[in-house]
Amino acid sequence: MLSGIPLFPEQASTIAPAVDNLYFFVTAVTAFFALLVVVLVTIFAIKYRDKTGEKVGAPITGSLPLELGWSIIPFFIAMGIFGWATVVFFDLVRAPDQTLEIYSTGKRWMWRFQHLDGQSELNELHVPLGRPVKVIFTSEDVLHSLYVPAFRVKADAIPGRYSSIWFTATRVGEYHLFCAEYCGTRHSGMIGRVVVQEPGEYQAWLSGGGGLSMSARGEQLFQQLGCVGCHLNDGSGRGPSLAGKYGAQETLATGATVNVDDSYIRESILTPQLKLVAGYQPLMPTFQGLVNEEGLMSLIEYIKSLPGARPPATAAQASAAAVPATAPAQGSSPR
Amino acid sequence: MTTTVLPRVTYLNVRHGLASWLLTKDHKRIGIMYLIVVSLAFFLGAIFAAGVRIELTTPQGDFVSADTYNRMFTMHGVFMVFFVLIPVVPAILGNFVMPLMIGAKDVAFPKLNLLSWYVFVLGFSLALVALLSGGVDTGWTFYTPYSSNVSNSNVALVGVAVFITGFSSILTGLNFMVTIHRMRAPGMTWFRLPLFVWALYATSLVMILATPVIAITAGMLALERVFGFGIFDPRLGGDPVLFQHLFWFYSHPAVYIMILPPMGVISEVIACFSRKNVFGYSFVAFSSLAIAIFGFLVWAHHLFVAGISPYSAMVFSFLSFAVAIPSAVKTFNWTATLYQGAIWWRAPLIWVFGFLGLFLVGGLTGLFLASLGLDVHLHDTYFVVAHFHYIMVGGAIMGYFAGLHYWWPKITGRMYSDSLAMLSALLVFVGFNLTFFPQFILGYLGMPRRYHAYSAEFQVLNVLSSAGASILAVGYGLIAVYLLYSLWRGEEAGANPWLATGLEWKTESPPIPENFPETPIVNEGAYEYSKREIKVA
Amino acid sequence: MPDGLAARADPHGHAPASATGSGAAGHHPALQHHFQTLEQQHEVATLGMWVFLVTEVMFFGGLLMAYLLYRVWYPAAWSEGSLELDIRLGAFNTVVLIGSSLTMAFAVRSAQTGAQRATVRWLIVTMILGLTFLVVKYFEYKHKWDLNHIPGANFQFEGPHAHQVEIFLSLYFGLTGLHALHMIIGVSILAVITWMASRGRFSPQWNTPVEISGLYWHFVDIVWIFLFPLLYLVDRAHQLG
Repeated sequence: MLSGIPLFPEQASTIAPAVDNLYFFVTAVTAFFALLVVVLVTIFAIKYRDKTGEKVGAPITGSLPLELGWSIIPFFIAMGIFGWATVVFFDLVRAPDQTLEIYSTGKRWMWRFQHLDGQSELNELHVPLGRPVKVIFTSEDVLHSLYVPAFRVKADAIPGRYSSIWFTATRVGEYHLFCAEYCGTRHSGMIGRVVVQEPGEYQAWLSGGGGLSMSARGEQLFQQLGCVGCHLNDGSGRGPSLAGKYGAQETLATGATVNVDDSYIRESILTPQLKLVAGYQPLMPTFQGLVNEEGLMSLIEYIKSLPGARPPATAAQASAAAVPATAPAQGSSPR
Repeated sequence: MTTTVLPRVTYLNVRHGLASWLLTKDHKRIGIMYLIVVSLAFFLGAIFAAGVRIELTTPQGDFVSADTYNRMFTMHGVFMVFFVLIPVVPAILGNFVMPLMIGAKDVAFPKLNLLSWYVFVLGFSLALVALLSGGVDTGWTFYTPYSSNVSNSNVALVGVAVFITGFSSILTGLNFMVTIHRMRAPGMTWFRLPLFVWALYATSLVMILATPVIAITAGMLALERVFGFGIFDPRLGGDPVLFQHLFWFYSHPAVYIMILPPMGVISEVIACFSRKNVFGYSFVAFSSLAIAIFGFLVWAHHLFVAGISPYSAMVFSFLSFAVAIPSAVKTFNWTATLYQGAIWWRAPLIWVFGFLGLFLVGGLTGLFLASLGLDVHLHDTYFVVAHFHYIMVGGAIMGYFAGLHYWWPKITGRMYSDSLAMLSALLVFVGFNLTFFPQFILGYLGMPRRYHAYSAEFQVLNVLSSAGASILAVGYGLIAVYLLYSLWRGEEAGANPWLATGLEWKTESPPIPENFPETPIVNEGAYEYSKREIKVA
Repeated sequence: MPDGLAARADPHGHAPASATGSGAAGHHPALQHHFQTLEQQHEVATLGMWVFLVTEVMFFGGLLMAYLLYRVWYPAAWSEGSLELDIRLGAFNTVVLIGSSLTMAFAVRSAQTGAQRATVRWLIVTMILGLTFLVVKYFEYKHKWDLNHIPGANFQFEGPHAHQVEIFLSLYFGLTGLHALHMIIGVSILAVITWMASRGRFSPQWNTPVEISGLYWHFVDIVWIFLFPLLYLVDRAHQLG
């Protein structure tokens, strides 16, 4: 990459300059205080040096105004940093409404990425330039963490949960992809690259791969696993209809309500009795062991695509203009 | 120097033989016994650090295998955190000088104090057994489910070692707290207490409230490993992140167990060698308590990218900024203490200057990590590694050496070479910065921690870091040389070589077994240097 | 801070001159060398035990935190798991422990009034009650063992929430096991105290060991008073009513 010693990472996402500006500001503030103390200590140590060890210092015991001053001023400075950093953070974790979604699973010691159209890749992630991308991921074994330094984004992959990162790449190129959470022997080998391509190039790459789209694969699973026998679309089955349920509120047998999101669907497939929908019997068996993480993601994608739900993936692609909407999107926040 | 006749009977020569040490109830001898075991742990931890630094001089993992590397950094962390940083100042220096400082004959529970040492040694031995039978590869943080379900190393044994060692810490904290409450000499009011005692009091609070939680968490982990309990197992619906909450509920306050006592040492040394009252005594005292209390409310800042809700992240970020303030207040007060002092440049003070420089960097870089927007990028990178080494090694270990140099004449009755001590302080300071400052840059560049092999562009900074580590090793080695030499050839120190205030300097060096010939009566504050006529005998 | 900050002029230094000869005759045989007076020694021991009990609260607190989290997540599994526990044995043990607290209080009272034989008698009754608790607990564990309800590789459970019930039972064994360990330590301490009492070591002036053992014993009882409803009574009202 760079010759000599690199001092600063590449900026390759829309959020990176915001993070870096904050970094420079905090560096400046802390450098000021560090220098202030170092200079004062040096001056005092030299100016008031007593080589004999016999003299005594001035009878000073303290000063309330000074104490208040150096408590309150740093506090407000700290609050300033806190406020700024929090704003940046919310931009980092809240994806815009319209994103290109890519699913991923981490497992020792590789990352597998699954594009909606059916393309999948190992330890490599192709993304288009200038379009918000959201990577939704989980882990199949232990904790991992998906980290792209050039984009300044990172989130832990936790077994049994969905996490996500989002970014809009601003420069074509190849960037490091690291696992940042220690995961055993070959943790340092769980690396890869993110390839940012011009949108046209990306489309070409995407269509180069074969296979069914994720929602089609989800539909297949829906048939194979027998889900279709109970979850009839008209609601007359033994299980609730799933059409248009994604993103909606569902009332549970306990009277509580739950947001139908990725995590809830996953949980309902694996532990159906935990959050039973009101009005239905606890008949559904668990599918733990019968369907893997990628199968689950395909099923979720299929349920999303059912009519009444959010515009399916193809529509999302059509809106590639990608207005970075600021409305809060469903994050990966845990229960 | 003063040449007093060495007292005929001291705590060192009152009885002889190994049994007289192993069965002692004297807090001073127990302090020495901790010194020996902790030094051994420090040496082991340093060996592993050396292995890690050698491996990282080249990007390819070519010095040791990935498995060995993972075990090296884990054992480095386990030994350094649980067997060095936590006990180093409270159990060695605190044990030795705290009862002297408050004018007591011993701690409140001398037998319990000895028991703490044995418990500590038992935990340490188990960790050694774990090491000899292959070590552990989970990182010192033992995150589940890797540690509970996957790792094939000796996690349960180290879990039990941590569990047991925790009790040593709990018992020490309990002992100190009761001692400070109930064993003070007549006239030793709370606001006449030396600030080191205040710091130990705050530390005891943390030890008492936080350590049981790590003990039970390590216990749960061991149960999960040995009996297949499913508390953290995601396959049963257990939550691996719960482990992180419980772990950091202890391990974040544990950082304050490590840094508060050295902060107390700094107050003592800086007052002595400036010949002044500590500026803003009560602010420094209460900032220790504030740190101890706020320290309990910030644990989840280790989990900003571990899937906690953004709003709780916000709260924990706020509290993390808040806990920075008392530390800042202490630093400003120490600086102000120097103002218009009569500053006597002796080795302990040079170590304090080193502490100030490194602790400043460590503390201020904490602000980066408390900032949510920056932590996402910096979490689990070398930035974090550099930050906590600046606090724990730059802060805690520099503070420990400041204290060791300050009280060494009291402990042994001998003086060491002042110039060699200053030289080693300089070597450690320079070596430390060279080792760890490049790691801040590596961290911002995005190099993740715990990597056995890394991308080639990170090499130059890593080589710098390894070079610095070798200077650091020379600095630490030198300390051992001149301190041990002083035992043999050192000048006799006399009761009060630094002409310091404080009750510990009013008894002989080394102290008599009962500490004081008669119970001292206190009628002034801890640092009334400016009131007294200091005379050199 | 319990004892006022600056005002504390110290209980043990009224006569510093006489403190010089701390080894001199006239001191109580139980007074240890580093204390000035028996009162100071008593205060120290009592404060020490209270502080220790605080650490104990935190110790159980870690497990209770896990309990709380999963109870909120898996309420149905919690009531299922709870129904597996024998409420009659649990209730019996609760009564036994409350009774033992009463007898312990009698023992402390007897020690304070110097009634040596009564002290020994009440301590023995307390120990018997403690052992009764442990025996009952043993049969409860044995029953779980027979049913393969011990978490781990051999765990078997029929029901829709088997996995989560396994977590419940992990916590059940963790909490009650830790409590039983405290009971065993408690009974051992009482055995030593009983022996000391029978040798006439305590008097109205010096009975601190009995008193602080009592504090510990009451604490262990109180822990059970929390554990019993948390583990045995999760959803009984629904199931029985």
